[in-house]
Amino acid sequence: MIVLALAHAKAPPTLQRVAVIAIAVIVVAVVVELVRRRRLMERYALLWLAAAATLFVLAVWQGLLTTLSGDLGIRSGPNLLFAVGFAFVVVLLLSMTLVISRLSDENKRLAQRVALLADRLAALEQERSET
Amino acid sequence: MSRHLAIVPALNEAGSIAQIVAEIHQHAAGFDVVVIDDGSTDDTAAIAAAAGARVISLPFNLGIGGAVQCGYLYARDNGYQVAVQVDGDGQHDPRDIPRLLAALAEEPAVDMITGSRFLTGEAGYRSSALRRLGIRVFAALMSLITRQRITDATSGFRMSARRGIELFARDYPHDYPEVEAILLLHAHRLRQREVAVTMRPRMSGRSTIGRALSAYYMAKVLLAVLVGMLRARPDGGIGEPPA
Repeated sequence: MIVLALAHAKAPPTLQRVAVIAIAVIVVAVVVELVRRRRLMERYALLWLAAAATLFVLAVWQGLLTTLSGDLGIRSGPNLLFAVGFAFVVVLLLSMTLVISRLSDENKRLAQRVALLADRLAALEQERSET
Repeated sequence: MSRHLAIVPALNEAGSIAQIVAEIHQHAAGFDVVVIDDGSTDDTAAIAAAAGARVISLPFNLGIGGAVQCGYLYARDNGYQVAVQVDGDGQHDPRDIPRLLAALAEEPAVDMITGSRFLTGEAGYRSSALRRLGIRVFAALMSLITRQRITDATSGFRMSARRGIELFARDYPHDYPEVEAILLLHAHRLRQREVAVTMRPRMSGRSTIGRALSAYYMAKVLLAVLVGMLRARPDGGIGEPPA
């Protein structure tokens, strides 16, 4: 939908531009609400806010997409949008797997620590009950 | 307290764990036994404790790498000078432990002794053809990298001296750690050698590597080894650099 709306970037009908702006605003609202409820951390929220901001700028700034794709030698605006969107998703996925790798390593360390501490605690308690 | 520790990682090995612990006590009397219960859902922990082992229960399943590393952390924190890994499924024969220990004592410069199935022509337990091929490939690859003869890169029957314990407590591979651990040791300039052992068929449980997983295992370990070589000395320290 968004992509289709921006396809006619040269002179996008007002209705479509309003729709895209609305989508950007909704994304911002959802992200802000998620951060407010502490479901999403600020550092990850920034990425989504940046994506929403990009949409917003493209919708408001008439002809920007066409000009940009023209400068880059890409025949139509939507192709540029697809390419950028795809790159965004790939980078996002890579950063997610980075986060998961780090978390699982930290998780492993914590599990080992907890197990060792539980063992020491049990040993200490037994020692104390014997004296 | 003795300064020698047997680390027994166990996942649902209720059927064999008591016998393993008893055999270690019988054939390697100087060794304390710690069973790392890797999130078992059966009575492994209780049975091992009843058999006289110290039992450390992980809060959830970490996989063999995380479980064994927990054993090395325990060994490091409690000042053990020697630690041997013995699988909880009965493949490793505790009767071989004194021979590993003798080999380690013989050469103080050596940091890890691996019990190898293939050092002699002894007929022991044989695994499937596909698995044997993988085992061969890794042995050849690790021999090439470490520039010493390694016949059994996938054996988990290993005894480490203090420097090996400290290294593995700090840095140990995740999923299928045996091959990578050889590289890790080599990258840290620690020394290793093999001693011939005979492995037994498992008493209970199933292999963690099913047929479908074999290809994944190969690919994952190959990637780990190749990237590990680029990494050279992953975390600094431990072994002395060559003079």
